Amino acid sequence: MGIFQMTKTVLRNLFGGPATRQYPAVPARTSSLTRGHVAFEPSTCRSCGICSRRCPCEAIHLDKEAKVWEINRMRCIACGDCVEGCPFGSITMEQTYLPPVVEHVVERYTITYVKPEKPAKKPAEESTGA
Amino acid sequence: MTVREEQTIIDVALENLTREVERVHADGYRLVQIGCTDLGGSYEVNYSFDKGYQFKNLRLTIGPEAEVPSISGIYWGAFVYENEMHDLFGIPVTGINIDFKGTFIKTVEKYPFSVTRKGGDSCRNA
Amino acid sequence: MPERIVVPFGPQHPVLPEPIHLDLVLEDETVVEAIPSIGYIHRGLERLIEKREFTEYVYVAERICGICSFMHALCYCQGIEEIMKIEVPDRAKYLRTIWSECSRLHSHLLWLGLFADGMGFENLFMRSWQLRESVLDVLEDTTGGRVIQGTCKVGGVRRDIGAEKLDEMHRALDPFEEQCRELGDIFLNDDTVKYRLQGLGVISKDEAYALGAVGPTARASGVAMDHRETGYAAYGDLGFKPVVETAGDCYARCAVRVKEIYASINLIRQAIDQMPEGPLDVKVKGTPDGEYFSRVEQPRGEVIHYLKGNGSKHLSRARIRTPTLANIPPLVKMLPGAQLADVPVVVLSIDPCISCTER
Repeated sequence: MGIFQMTKTVLRNLFGGPATRQYPAVPARTSSLTRGHVAFEPSTCRSCGICSRRCPCEAIHLDKEAKVWEINRMRCIACGDCVEGCPFGSITMEQTYLPPVVEHVVERYTITYVKPEKPAKKPAEESTGA
Repeated sequence: MTVREEQTIIDVALENLTREVERVHADGYRLVQIGCTDLGGSYEVNYSFDKGYQFKNLRLTIGPEAEVPSISGIYWGAFVYENEMHDLFGIPVTGINIDFKGTFIKTVEKYPFSVTRKGGDSCRNA
Repeated sequence: MPERIVVPFGPQHPVLPEPIHLDLVLEDETVVEAIPSIGYIHRGLERLIEKREFTEYVYVAERICGICSFMHALCYCQGIEEIMKIEVPDRAKYLRTIWSECSRLHSHLLWLGLFADGMGFENLFMRSWQLRESVLDVLEDTTGGRVIQGTCKVGGVRRDIGAEKLDEMHRALDPFEEQCRELGDIFLNDDTVKYRLQGLGVISKDEAYALGAVGPTARASGVAMDHRETGYAAYGDLGFKPVVETAGDCYARCAVRVKEIYASINLIRQAIDQMPEGPLDVKVKGTPDGEYFSRVEQPRGEVIHYLKGNGSKHLSRARIRTPTLANIPPLVKMLPGAQLADVPVVVLSIDPCISCTER
């Protein structure tokens, strides 16, 4: 026979305090792996374009000529494939979620990476042309 | 416990379909799914059955205009797959026990998965 | 003869998280016929395969469903691996098993909560979801996502679980199991639950098998069919036995799921104990050429990914048959005879996942 099966749990819950948290006053629980949003560092990107080719939802666009890196936040699914693919560590995954918005967000970054001067091995005519 | 899963594919002709399905039914197989593949003009319909994790497929290859007889008289639950086949690919299936007449899966465009009936590429999320 | 009336049920209904529509033909308060209709959220994900590379489609496969997301990815990856003859490392198989079982845990706890809510036991609903939260926390800690894990890839897994975290999970299993048993005890032994569920929506063993029922719906009627028995991933090493009930009513379907929670906890415990060392993935070379029907046992039943490759990096066809589609015919047979007030409980008892069904 069971009629008051739930009683123990109910009493414990009654005196045990809330199981939820007062979000947003208390921030949501995250872990070190949480895929919140993709962050971009324009100073280290060498415009290889791997991220834009790997992105399964085509959220990332790279204009090599204009040196512009764009991410469409509405398309991005935060899968982290670009983060894994980036050979220069320019793309990172942040733990925080972006706030809700009411219009489409396309973030643009101008790549500021400057190719370091090659240590001149051959002081030939080639370097003057480049 | 590990069971090695066997998958066999048997080609059947359109006129033999009902007889073959009846034989599979008599052998105690259950209907797993009916799936359709567009081969660019013709269609490949897979009738999949399973018994004790042994997988059996009857494969029907039909032209764009062929009508397929329903197997819902043998497997009552086949109507979901047959209606789906009709709604997505536009293959006419005759004699379904519960025929939704194209309203089982409601799409804006008729027969979205069919190349010949729809014409052109319908995938807009390129 | 009483007058017959047709009552539309859904697509928007308080017990339905997702839209399915049923036309219920009633005689007084009793259902005599039910006609299902889906198609409100067809997204055409199957066709998207022609536009995405086969390695990228894992992310799409994962987003077919929000609950069994990991299993969809697993099923897809196993299909591709079978076509391309890739042998996945053992550690990856075990990790896949752990994540699959975590998904099953959170799916079943979610369902138990919804089911409790459906039968009007809201306190129990809160309690189920409270327990589910701890599973989601583990998933977030180990994969980075609460419901969309994103850790399965063709050829292995993308992340490892460190020894420390595995230890922590193992230690947490005992208290978690105790809490789950307390919860399961209410579902299985409380009289209020029993009066509500027993003898409701009965479907016999032969009927369930003939109608192609899968998963807990079939197992509750006594059909011992669980695809984990074929030993994909690491299930072959873990001594898995399907949970079977015989009554075939809503109570039995509930009992199967409660007992599967215990079984899942046990499987996770064993998988952690036997976790082998080694690499996480193998390099994938070439493109898939061939076809395969990949099958995996999801919380709702057996899912099928039919994959057909033509030697290019885009597959030519993916056909996904989800368990709910197979469980609709049994549902249609279950409803006649039920009272109108019981219809929500009967519909919920097959654990309908409609966005999954329509892909």
